[in-house]
Amino acid sequence: MIQISFILNGKKVKLETDENRRLIDILREDFSLTGTKEGCSIGECGACTIIMNKLAVNSCLVLAGQLIDSEILTIEGVSENGKLNVLQENFLKYGAVQCGYCTPGMIMSIYALLLKNNNPADEEIKEAIAGNLCRCTGYKQIIDAARATADTDMITDLSQ
Amino acid sequence: MKKDFSIVGKEVIRQDGLEKVTGTAMFADDIVLKDILYGVMLRTTVVHAEIKSIDFSEIADNKNLTAIITSEDIPGAKKVGAIKKDQPIFCFDKVRTSGDVLAMLVGNNEKEIKKLLTKIKVEYSELPILSNSSLAMNEDAPVIHEESSNNLICEYPLRKGNVEEGFKNSDYVIERSYSTSYQEHAYIEPEAVIAIPLEGNKGVKIIGSIQNPHTTRSVAASVLGWPLAKVRVEQAELGGSFGGKDDTMNVLAARASIAAVKCNRPVKIRYNREDSILESYKRHPYKMKYKAGFNVDGKIKAMKIDIIADGGAYASMTPFVTWRSVVQATGSYEIENVETNVKGVYTNNPYTGAFRGFGSPQPVFAQESLMDEIAEELKISPFKLREINGYNSGSVTASGQILNSHEVTLKKVLAKASDESGFNDKWEKFSKDRVQKDFIIGSEQREKEFILDKEQFIEPENVWRRGIGLSCSFRGCSLGAEGIDAASVFVSLQNDGSVYLHSGLAENGQGLRTTFSIVVSEVLGIPFEDVFYLGIDTGYVMDSGPTVASRSTIMGGGAVKDATEKIKRNLLDVFIENYNIPQIARVEFTNGMVTYDKYSMSFKDLCKLAYNKGVNISAVGWYAGPNVDWDEEKGQGNAYFTYVYGCQVAEVKVNITTGEVYIENITAVHDPGKVINLLGAKGQVYGGVTQGAGLCLWEELNTIDGKIKHQNFDELLIPTSKDIDNIDVHFVEGEEEYGPWGAKSLGEPTLELTSAAISNAIYNATGVRYRNLPLNLEEIVLNRKLSPASVKRGSA
Ligand code: FES
Ligand code: FES
Repeated sequence: MIQISFILNGKKVKLETDENRRLIDILREDFSLTGTKEGCSIGECGACTIIMNKLAVNSCLVLAGQLIDSEILTIEGVSENGKLNVLQENFLKYGAVQCGYCTPGMIMSIYALLLKNNNPADEEIKEAIAGNLCRCTGYKQIIDAARATADTDMITDLSQ
Repeated sequence: MKKDFSIVGKEVIRQDGLEKVTGTAMFADDIVLKDILYGVMLRTTVVHAEIKSIDFSEIADNKNLTAIITSEDIPGAKKVGAIKKDQPIFCFDKVRTSGDVLAMLVGNNEKEIKKLLTKIKVEYSELPILSNSSLAMNEDAPVIHEESSNNLICEYPLRKGNVEEGFKNSDYVIERSYSTSYQEHAYIEPEAVIAIPLEGNKGVKIIGSIQNPHTTRSVAASVLGWPLAKVRVEQAELGGSFGGKDDTMNVLAARASIAAVKCNRPVKIRYNREDSILESYKRHPYKMKYKAGFNVDGKIKAMKIDIIADGGAYASMTPFVTWRSVVQATGSYEIENVETNVKGVYTNNPYTGAFRGFGSPQPVFAQESLMDEIAEELKISPFKLREINGYNSGSVTASGQILNSHEVTLKKVLAKASDESGFNDKWEKFSKDRVQKDFIIGSEQREKEFILDKEQFIEPENVWRRGIGLSCSFRGCSLGAEGIDAASVFVSLQNDGSVYLHSGLAENGQGLRTTFSIVVSEVLGIPFEDVFYLGIDTGYVMDSGPTVASRSTIMGGGAVKDATEKIKRNLLDVFIENYNIPQIARVEFTNGMVTYDKYSMSFKDLCKLAYNKGVNISAVGWYAGPNVDWDEEKGQGNAYFTYVYGCQVAEVKVNITTGEVYIENITAVHDPGKVINLLGAKGQVYGGVTQGAGLCLWEELNTIDGKIKHQNFDELLIPTSKDIDNIDVHFVEGEEEYGPWGAKSLGEPTLELTSAAISNAIYNATGVRYRNLPLNLEEIVLNRKLSPASVKRGSA
């Protein structure tokens, strides 16, 4: 058992847990943040993607011990007070969602990309989601949604 | 008169999008219940064996264990199946395939009970393994199901004209063999289900990632030995299915129900990716022999086809899947003489069943490759050959059906696809550019001369070769002559003008909720946002048959339109009576208003008025397909009541040193009838094409002696965002009398065409014909599979 504290969706949280528990389980079980999905458990599908210290990571590969003093953002922290973020709006508008299982992970990967690069080329968008598998959409409308978001000032939204 | 639509055909944002982009959509594993137990599976370690004994003694009084569930706990049917009842819920006499389950451990700590699995001792007496479908019908083949005398699941002959005569009268006769491999559905959400015992005598409620809740209900009820009404099945948000969350989910739901009733607590089963790949069914591998006779003028005179589909250990949907193959095996071409034989057989391999495309992607790959081989023989362009032989209005299919009830748009989609992609010019150019002499790929020689001579050196800029290829198909809509084909919905208008919509067809991520809501919105002229599609729960909605075969738009959409129009007629009467206007008046329902001449009322007010007058403003809608028929012996008849047509063109570049194929563009032209939601329709095409490309190039799933080698996404490669550069979608809306405003289907044709188009493009680029999917790197370089049997490491 270890004591850890970290920032989760903007709030400081404390937790006592086993060192080897996976972040995805902590999020889903201890914080009831079930927006983060599990698809493979080995870092291949990206359904569990969250943002850790501004980088997109697979939460199935992060253990409790690594969380100390980190900053975690999950899909639940993307929209604020029920207002959709521009990226989420564009996912709807461009038809980037079918079954929706990959969607939270996709949004987090693109969000992380846009945090560090607000004008990515198509290749960079594809690269950013290359680790996020989607079996429904063929990716095209997801890439459209990402590109459209890059053209807006989402980044200013984020830094506020 | 062409109708002006207010919402049909526009880009409409899906109705269930909001919860999916915010992470609040509830998938089955997201549901948390108090006192829940988990079920974990004791899976076989062998492939084919008699079960001698199972010894649980070492774990029997472990504190983490609440129950051990085996076949002995089943009060009702111990074996289930869509068509043949051959699949055990828990194996009791034999194991027949590597995904088989013998027992389930139940406890509240999933992790701890998993650890107990290794302490259970099972004694087997192993049997010979049948893993080659070609040997399944041999005299000496091990019989998989002892209740039958051989391994035949089903057999469909089709006879039209006289093939032998046809071959005799042909200038050329060629014979080719093709094969396709397994394809895993690879829905990103693995299986999950919860069974909840209800209080008193109310039975059990099942919530899960279930494709067809009514089918799941009947399986669970039969296993419990209960009446249907005592089992209620609710669909959780479904994380992809593509035909895959049917039989597997029925079995899991039955297991969870048995445990829930026994323990009187909710029981959840959730699979990880390995479990999912091991136990779930897959697309059938096909072995296909084609023989074609044709004349110098390009006319195909005769075709003889032999197909063996590997059904694996359980029949599942094999009889229906292979039936579609026999109807469509000659493709969208009018051929006088046809003889087709399709067999589905049992083996010890993973079982196979429904998968988007449903028995069409395999023959389309073979037969559309064959078309290009015929064109090559005749030295004419692939486009021309299809022009010559393709269906027109009034053409007769292989099953003797005359295509005259709908607009036959084959030539339209072909022309559109070739124009949009610049097919003919590019095809000519790449054929000419093709230089083979400097480097030979796809041949035995390459294998021997793996190290190249100096003069064979390829300049880096010459490594990539470009090619273009096309493929066409026709596809029967809905279930066809093998199934009962009807759908019902319930539409209930509220007194403020908002609407509830209940349907027995399920949302599988394909956008059915949105499509149905658009239909209501269009008929009543009300905002789309006022229509609320309620989740599917067998407790409230009628059985509408399975959500398969791309039938939801044509059948379900038809039922929604029917129900909504019934309500509209009632509203109309109220309106007419209120203003005392003539019965024949043309009253408009648009933009939330109901108007005739100078009389006008808001739709909301009209609903309130109707409600206050005690007029019924709800209705059950019903849509049954017209009659279809089939002669089992000759394989003749009107197989489907209508068809859709499509053509895809693939542009690829092939790296002739590594075998890599990169898809530069796919032009997909489909006639789905009337498009209801343009945004959703495009999404269906992008997704289907991508799965089709996966089937063609990357998705290798091998078995060694019946055991699956690729168990997670590190080994099983499905397409990523980087694999296809562009997909270009066009719709040609053919006239159709069935379906809502002539809307038919789209989900499946998108997938069936892609692999042949890509393979034909690879030929155009390299001059090498590849006949065995998937066309992965080694296949392209060596033109053979590095299948496990042929890799003999350490030996010469
Ligand atoms: S579940 Fe973490 S990458 Fe798939
Ligand atoms: S939308 Fe279904 S997996 Fe991406």
